[in-house]
Amino acid sequence: MAIAELTPPQIASRPEVALAAMQVVYKRPEALTEAYTHYCPGCSHGVIHRLIAEVIDELGIRERTIAVAPVGCAVLAYEYFTVDAAEAAHGRAPAMATGIKRVLPDRIVFTYQGDGDLASIGTNEIVHACARGELLTVIFVNNSLYGMTGGQMAPTTLPGQVTTSSPYGRDIRQQGWPLHITEMLAMMPGVAYAARRSTHAPAEIRKAKKAIELAFRAQIEGLGLGIVEILSSCPTNWGLSPMEALAFVRDKMVPVYPLGDFKVHQALAARA
Amino acid sequence: MAAKGTVVIDRNRCKGCELCVYHCPQHVLKLDETYNTRGYRPVILDERSGQCTGCAVCAVVCPDVVFTVYRFPQPVRTPAVRAVAN
Ligand code: SF4
Ligand code: SF4
Ligand code: SF4
Repeated sequence: MAIAELTPPQIASRPEVALAAMQVVYKRPEALTEAYTHYCPGCSHGVIHRLIAEVIDELGIRERTIAVAPVGCAVLAYEYFTVDAAEAAHGRAPAMATGIKRVLPDRIVFTYQGDGDLASIGTNEIVHACARGELLTVIFVNNSLYGMTGGQMAPTTLPGQVTTSSPYGRDIRQQGWPLHITEMLAMMPGVAYAARRSTHAPAEIRKAKKAIELAFRAQIEGLGLGIVEILSSCPTNWGLSPMEALAFVRDKMVPVYPLGDFKVHQALAARA
Repeated sequence: MAAKGTVVIDRNRCKGCELCVYHCPQHVLKLDETYNTRGYRPVILDERSGQCTGCAVCAVVCPDVVFTVYRFPQPVRTPAVRAVAN
Protein backbone atom coordinates (compact mmCIF):
# COMPACT_ATOMS: atom_id res chain seq x y z
CA MET A 1 0.00 0.00 0.00
CA ALA A 2 1.28 3.50 -0.81
CA ILE A 3 2.45 5.39 2.20
CA ALA A 4 0.23 8.39 1.48
CA GLU A 5 -2.83 6.19 1.82
CA LEU A 6 -1.99 4.99 5.31
CA THR A 7 -3.63 6.63 8.28
CA PRO A 8 -1.41 7.77 11.16
CA PRO A 9 -2.32 4.82 13.41
CA GLN A 10 -1.56 2.40 10.57
CA ILE A 11 1.84 4.00 10.04
CA ALA A 12 2.58 4.00 13.74
CA SER A 13 1.85 0.27 13.86
CA ARG A 14 3.88 -0.49 10.72
CA PRO A 15 7.07 1.65 10.85
CA GLU A 16 8.81 -0.72 8.42
CA VAL A 17 6.35 0.30 5.69
CA ALA A 18 7.00 3.96 6.31
CA LEU A 19 10.80 3.59 6.37
CA ALA A 20 10.96 1.24 3.38
CA ALA A 21 8.96 3.70 1.30
CA MET A 22 11.43 6.52 1.99
CA GLN A 23 14.25 7.12 -0.42
CA VAL A 24 17.58 8.07 1.19
CA VAL A 25 18.81 11.29 -0.42
CA TYR A 26 21.75 11.86 1.87
CA LYS A 27 23.46 9.75 4.52
CA ARG A 28 26.76 9.83 6.37
CA PRO A 29 29.61 8.60 4.13
CA GLU A 30 31.34 5.34 5.08
CA ALA A 31 34.74 6.99 4.85
CA LEU A 32 33.98 9.10 7.95
CA THR A 33 34.33 7.63 11.43
CA GLU A 34 31.61 8.13 14.02
CA ALA A 35 33.87 10.48 16.02
CA TYR A 36 32.65 13.94 16.95
CA THR A 37 35.05 16.45 15.41
CA HIS A 38 36.88 18.97 17.60
CA TYR A 39 36.33 21.82 15.12
CA CYS A 40 34.61 25.02 16.23
CA PRO A 41 30.90 25.37 15.38
CA GLY A 42 30.45 26.40 11.74
CA CYS A 43 34.10 25.79 10.75
CA SER A 44 34.45 24.70 7.11
CA HIS A 45 36.95 21.96 7.97
CA GLY A 46 34.01 19.65 8.70
CA VAL A 47 32.46 20.33 5.29
CA ILE A 48 35.75 19.63 3.52
CA HIS A 49 36.26 16.40 5.49
CA ARG A 50 32.79 15.28 4.45
CA LEU A 51 33.43 16.06 0.76
CA ILE A 52 36.66 14.05 0.79
CA ALA A 53 34.83 11.14 2.43
CA GLU A 54 32.03 11.28 -0.14
CA VAL A 55 34.56 11.24 -2.99
CA ILE A 56 36.46 8.31 -1.43
CA ASP A 57 33.16 6.39 -1.15
CA GLU A 58 32.07 7.21 -4.69
CA LEU A 59 35.44 6.24 -6.19
CA GLY A 60 35.38 3.00 -4.17
CA ILE A 61 38.92 3.53 -2.85
CA ARG A 62 38.38 3.53 0.92
CA GLU A 63 40.21 0.26 1.57
CA ARG A 64 43.36 1.41 -0.25
CA THR A 65 43.48 5.07 0.72
CA ILE A 66 46.06 6.51 3.14
CA ALA A 67 45.67 10.00 4.62
CA VAL A 68 48.52 12.20 5.81
CA ALA A 69 47.38 14.66 8.47
CA PRO A 70 49.02 18.05 9.03
CA VAL A 71 49.88 20.27 11.95
CA GLY A 72 47.25 22.93 12.52
CA CYS A 73 43.55 22.79 13.33
CA ALA A 74 43.27 19.58 11.28
CA VAL A 75 46.00 17.84 13.28
CA LEU A 76 43.47 15.21 14.43
CA ALA A 77 42.18 14.53 10.90
CA TYR A 78 43.39 10.93 11.24
CA GLU A 79 40.63 10.38 13.83
CA TYR A 80 37.91 11.25 11.34
CA PHE A 81 38.45 9.06 8.27
CA THR A 82 38.00 5.29 8.14
CA VAL A 83 41.27 4.94 6.24
CA ASP A 84 44.85 4.37 7.36
CA ALA A 85 46.62 7.59 8.25
CA ALA A 86 49.95 9.06 9.24
CA GLU A 87 50.70 12.31 11.04
CA ALA A 88 53.40 14.48 9.50
CA ALA A 89 55.60 17.13 11.08
CA HIS A 90 54.53 20.69 10.33
CA GLY A 91 54.49 21.25 6.56
CA ARG A 92 56.08 17.88 5.81
CA ALA A 93 52.96 16.01 4.68
CA PRO A 94 54.03 15.96 0.98
CA ALA A 95 57.40 14.43 1.92
CA MET A 96 55.80 11.77 4.09
CA ALA A 97 53.15 11.09 1.44
CA THR A 98 55.92 10.73 -1.17
CA GLY A 99 57.55 8.02 0.93
CA ILE A 100 54.27 6.17 1.48
CA LYS A 101 53.27 6.33 -2.19
CA ARG A 102 56.67 5.17 -3.43
CA VAL A 103 56.73 2.19 -1.08
CA LEU A 104 53.06 1.33 -1.67
CA PRO A 105 52.34 2.54 -5.21
CA ASP A 106 48.96 0.78 -5.39
CA ARG A 107 47.58 2.95 -2.54
CA ILE A 108 45.81 6.26 -2.95
CA VAL A 109 47.60 8.82 -0.78
CA PHE A 110 46.26 12.24 0.08
CA THR A 111 47.50 15.04 2.29
CA TYR A 112 45.20 17.42 4.13
CA GLN A 113 46.98 20.68 4.89
CA GLY A 114 46.14 24.18 6.04
CA ASP A 115 47.70 27.39 4.78
CA GLY A 116 50.03 27.77 7.77
CA ASP A 117 51.21 24.24 7.04
CA LEU A 118 51.39 24.10 3.23
CA ALA A 119 51.97 27.75 2.28
CA SER A 120 54.39 28.76 5.02
CA ILE A 121 56.63 26.26 6.80
CA GLY A 122 55.87 23.60 4.17
CA THR A 123 56.24 25.65 0.97
CA ASN A 124 59.50 23.90 0.14
CA GLU A 125 57.93 20.46 0.57
CA ILE A 126 54.93 21.05 -1.69
CA VAL A 127 57.00 22.81 -4.38
CA HIS A 128 59.42 19.89 -4.63
CA ALA A 129 56.67 17.25 -4.49
CA CYS A 130 55.15 19.04 -7.50
CA ALA A 131 58.54 19.38 -9.20
CA ARG A 132 59.03 15.63 -8.84
CA GLY A 133 55.52 15.02 -10.14
CA GLU A 134 54.61 12.76 -7.24
CA LEU A 135 51.34 10.88 -7.67
CA LEU A 136 49.60 12.47 -4.70
CA THR A 137 46.36 14.28 -3.96
CA VAL A 138 46.69 17.47 -1.92
CA ILE A 139 43.74 19.12 -0.19
CA PHE A 140 44.89 22.61 0.74
CA VAL A 141 42.59 24.45 3.16
CA ASN A 142 43.12 28.22 3.06
CA ASN A 143 41.49 30.19 5.87
CA SER A 144 43.87 33.15 5.71
CA LEU A 145 45.59 32.70 9.06
CA TYR A 146 47.01 30.30 11.66
CA GLY A 147 43.88 28.89 13.24
CA MET A 148 45.10 26.51 15.91
CA THR A 149 47.61 28.83 17.53
CA GLY A 150 45.20 31.74 17.91
CA GLY A 151 44.78 33.51 14.60
CA GLN A 152 48.22 34.87 13.70
CA MET A 153 49.04 36.33 10.27
CA ALA A 154 50.02 33.75 7.64
CA PRO A 155 51.49 34.21 4.14
CA THR A 156 47.88 33.88 2.92
CA THR A 157 46.49 36.72 5.10
CA LEU A 158 44.65 39.33 3.04
CA PRO A 159 46.05 42.87 2.60
CA GLY A 160 44.75 44.95 5.48
CA GLN A 161 43.40 41.93 7.38
CA VAL A 162 43.59 42.25 11.15
CA THR A 163 44.99 39.21 12.92
CA THR A 164 46.47 38.76 16.40
CA SER A 165 49.95 39.42 14.99
CA SER A 166 48.89 42.18 12.57
CA PRO A 167 46.67 44.28 14.86
CA TYR A 168 46.70 47.25 12.44
CA GLY A 169 46.02 45.04 9.42
CA ARG A 170 48.51 43.35 7.09
CA ASP A 171 50.65 46.12 5.59
CA ILE A 172 51.89 44.97 2.18
CA ARG A 173 54.87 47.37 2.38
CA GLN A 174 56.04 45.53 5.48
CA GLN A 175 54.73 42.00 5.05
CA GLY A 176 54.26 41.64 1.31
CA TRP A 177 51.35 40.26 -0.66
CA PRO A 178 49.35 37.07 -0.07
CA LEU A 179 50.85 33.96 -1.62
CA HIS A 180 48.90 32.48 -4.53
CA ILE A 181 50.45 29.11 -4.21
CA THR A 182 48.01 27.09 -6.32
CA GLU A 183 48.54 29.32 -9.37
CA MET A 184 52.31 28.94 -8.89
CA LEU A 185 52.15 25.16 -8.61
CA ALA A 186 49.88 24.92 -11.67
CA MET A 187 52.83 26.04 -13.83
CA MET A 188 54.85 22.94 -12.93
CA PRO A 189 54.86 20.02 -15.38
CA GLY A 190 54.42 17.45 -12.57
CA VAL A 191 51.03 18.88 -11.64
CA ALA A 192 48.07 17.33 -13.48
CA TYR A 193 45.28 19.22 -11.76
CA ALA A 194 45.27 22.52 -9.83
CA ALA A 195 42.13 24.38 -8.84
CA ARG A 196 40.71 26.73 -6.24
CA ARG A 197 37.23 26.32 -4.81
CA SER A 198 35.28 27.73 -1.87
CA THR A 199 32.84 26.66 0.85
CA HIS A 200 30.77 29.85 1.11
CA ALA A 201 27.53 28.56 -0.50
CA PRO A 202 25.86 25.22 -1.30
CA ALA A 203 26.66 25.51 -5.04
CA GLU A 204 30.31 26.27 -4.28
CA ILE A 205 30.50 23.29 -1.93
CA ARG A 206 29.22 21.04 -4.72
CA LYS A 207 31.87 22.43 -7.09
CA ALA A 208 34.54 21.83 -4.46
CA LYS A 209 33.52 18.18 -4.31
CA LYS A 210 33.91 17.83 -8.07
CA ALA A 211 37.40 19.36 -7.87
CA ILE A 212 38.38 16.97 -5.06
CA GLU A 213 37.22 14.09 -7.25
CA LEU A 214 39.43 15.28 -10.14
CA ALA A 215 42.40 15.72 -7.80
CA PHE A 216 41.98 12.05 -6.79
CA ARG A 217 41.50 10.96 -10.40
CA ALA A 218 44.77 12.67 -11.38
CA GLN A 219 46.51 10.31 -8.98
CA ILE A 220 44.45 7.19 -9.75
CA GLU A 221 45.04 7.59 -13.49
CA GLY A 222 48.77 8.19 -12.97
CA LEU A 223 48.69 11.68 -14.51
CA GLY A 224 50.51 13.61 -11.80
CA LEU A 225 49.88 15.53 -8.61
CA GLY A 226 46.38 16.89 -8.03
CA ILE A 227 45.85 19.87 -5.73
CA VAL A 228 42.65 21.64 -4.69
CA GLU A 229 42.88 24.81 -2.64
CA ILE A 230 39.63 25.37 -0.76
CA LEU A 231 38.77 28.74 0.75
CA SER A 232 37.51 27.95 4.22
CA SER A 233 35.98 29.89 7.10
CA CYS A 234 37.46 30.40 10.55
CA PRO A 235 34.63 32.02 12.52
CA THR A 236 36.56 31.81 15.79
CA ASN A 237 39.67 33.71 14.79
CA TRP A 238 37.83 36.13 12.53
CA GLY A 239 35.50 37.00 15.42
CA LEU A 240 32.46 36.40 13.23
CA SER A 241 29.36 34.22 13.43
CA PRO A 242 29.45 31.17 11.13
CA MET A 243 27.14 32.90 8.61
CA GLU A 244 29.16 36.16 8.73
CA ALA A 245 32.30 34.09 8.23
CA LEU A 246 30.93 32.60 5.01
CA ALA A 247 30.12 36.14 3.83
CA PHE A 248 33.74 37.09 4.62
CA VAL A 249 34.95 34.24 2.40
CA ARG A 250 32.64 35.37 -0.41
CA ASP A 251 33.23 39.14 -0.16
CA LYS A 252 36.82 39.40 1.05
CA MET A 253 38.67 36.20 0.17
CA VAL A 254 37.26 35.33 -3.26
CA PRO A 255 38.26 38.72 -4.79
CA VAL A 256 41.87 38.13 -3.67
CA TYR A 257 41.86 34.39 -4.40
CA PRO A 258 39.88 33.91 -7.62
CA LEU A 259 38.09 30.58 -7.97
CA GLY A 260 38.64 28.32 -10.93
CA ASP A 261 40.79 25.68 -12.59
CA PHE A 262 44.42 26.66 -13.14
CA LYS A 263 45.42 23.41 -14.78
CA VAL A 264 43.40 20.44 -15.99
CA HIS A 265 45.32 17.57 -17.60
CA GLN A 266 43.79 16.79 -20.97
CA ALA A 267 42.92 13.28 -19.81
CA LEU A 268 40.74 14.87 -17.09
CA ALA A 269 39.29 17.65 -19.20
CA ALA A 270 36.31 15.60 -20.36
CA ARG A 271 35.27 15.11 -16.75
CA ALA A 272 35.82 18.69 -15.52
CA MET B 1 0.26 20.99 2.96
CA ALA B 2 2.13 17.81 2.20
CA ALA B 3 5.82 17.20 2.78
CA LYS B 4 7.97 15.67 0.03
CA GLY B 5 10.73 14.66 2.39
CA THR B 6 12.15 14.76 5.87
CA VAL B 7 15.41 14.86 7.77
CA VAL B 8 16.64 12.77 10.67
CA ILE B 9 18.81 14.84 13.02
CA ASP B 10 21.73 13.34 14.94
CA ARG B 11 21.05 15.59 17.90
CA ASN B 12 24.29 15.18 19.83
CA ARG B 13 26.45 15.75 16.75
CA CYS B 14 25.02 19.23 16.15
CA LYS B 15 27.04 22.27 17.27
CA GLY B 16 24.22 24.79 16.82
CA CYS B 17 26.13 26.82 14.22
CA GLU B 18 22.85 27.66 12.40
CA LEU B 19 24.32 27.37 8.88
CA CYS B 20 21.51 24.95 8.00
CA VAL B 21 18.90 27.22 9.59
CA TYR B 22 19.90 30.11 7.27
CA HIS B 23 20.31 27.95 4.17
CA CYS B 24 17.16 25.80 4.30
CA PRO B 25 15.02 27.10 1.42
CA GLN B 26 11.83 26.01 3.23
CA HIS B 27 12.75 27.65 6.57
CA VAL B 28 11.79 24.55 8.52
CA LEU B 29 14.87 24.28 10.74
CA LYS B 30 15.44 26.12 14.02
CA LEU B 31 17.47 25.72 17.19
CA ASP B 32 15.94 23.81 20.06
CA GLU B 33 15.37 25.54 23.41
CA THR B 34 17.16 22.74 25.25
CA TYR B 35 20.77 21.60 25.10
CA ASN B 36 22.31 18.41 23.75
CA THR B 37 24.79 16.27 25.71
CA ARG B 38 27.71 18.36 24.49
CA GLY B 39 26.21 21.66 25.59
CA TYR B 40 24.99 22.98 22.24
CA ARG B 41 21.44 23.92 21.31
CA PRO B 42 20.85 21.49 18.44
CA VAL B 43 18.76 22.08 15.39
CA ILE B 44 15.21 20.70 15.15
CA LEU B 45 12.70 20.31 12.33
CA ASP B 46 9.74 22.65 12.81
CA GLU B 47 7.30 22.43 9.92
CA ARG B 48 4.75 24.99 11.07
CA SER B 49 6.09 27.53 8.55
CA GLY B 50 6.64 25.22 5.57
CA GLN B 51 7.37 21.68 4.54
CA CYS B 52 10.63 19.82 4.04
CA THR B 53 11.24 18.86 0.41
CA GLY B 54 14.20 16.55 1.01
CA CYS B 55 16.41 18.89 -1.03
CA ALA B 56 19.46 18.12 1.18
CA VAL B 57 20.78 21.69 1.18
CA CYS B 58 21.05 21.40 4.97
CA ALA B 59 23.26 18.31 4.58
CA VAL B 60 25.47 20.11 2.05
CA VAL B 61 26.21 23.09 4.33
CA CYS B 62 26.41 21.22 7.65
CA PRO B 63 30.03 20.85 8.86
CA ASP B 64 29.10 18.09 11.28
CA VAL B 65 27.15 15.61 9.14
CA VAL B 66 24.11 15.88 11.38
CA PHE B 67 21.46 15.11 8.75
CA THR B 68 20.19 12.01 7.04
CA VAL B 69 17.79 13.18 4.33
CA TYR B 70 14.86 11.23 2.95
CA ARG B 71 12.42 11.80 0.15
CA PHE B 72 8.95 10.26 0.10
CA PRO B 73 7.75 8.54 -3.07
CA GLN B 74 4.57 10.60 -2.77
CA PRO B 75 3.97 13.70 -0.67
CA VAL B 76 3.01 12.71 2.86
CA ARG B 77 0.38 14.55 4.89
CA THR B 78 0.81 12.99 8.23
CA PRO B 79 3.35 13.94 10.88
CA ALA B 80 3.31 10.34 12.13
CA VAL B 81 5.72 9.33 9.36
CA ARG B 82 8.08 11.97 10.63
CA ALA B 83 7.73 10.53 14.10
CA VAL B 84 8.70 7.11 12.77
CA ALA B 85 11.70 8.53 10.91
CA ASN B 86 12.98 10.49 13.87
S1 SF4 C 1 40.16 27.89 14.99
FE1 SF4 C 1 39.22 28.36 13.00
S2 SF4 C 1 39.98 26.80 11.55
FE2 SF4 C 1 40.40 26.08 13.65
S3 SF4 C 1 38.66 24.74 14.17
FE3 SF4 C 1 38.17 26.81 14.94
S4 SF4 C 1 37.05 27.83 13.28
FE4 SF4 C 1 38.06 26.02 12.40
S1 SF4 D 1 16.09 18.80 3.18
FE1 SF4 D 1 15.87 20.89 2.33
S2 SF4 D 1 13.81 21.52 3.01
FE2 SF4 D 1 14.35 19.73 4.27
S3 SF4 D 1 15.27 20.61 6.14
FE3 SF4 D 1 16.97 20.20 4.71
S4 SF4 D 1 17.28 22.13 3.60
FE4 SF4 D 1 15.24 22.24 4.59
S1 SF4 E 1 24.66 23.12 10.16
FE1 SF4 E 1 24.88 21.17 11.25
S2 SF4 E 1 26.01 21.65 13.13
FE2 SF4 E 1 25.24 23.59 12.28
S3 SF4 E 1 23.29 23.92 13.34
FE3 SF4 E 1 22.82 22.87 11.43
S4 SF4 E 1 22.82 20.69 11.98
FE4 SF4 E 1 23.83 21.77 13.65
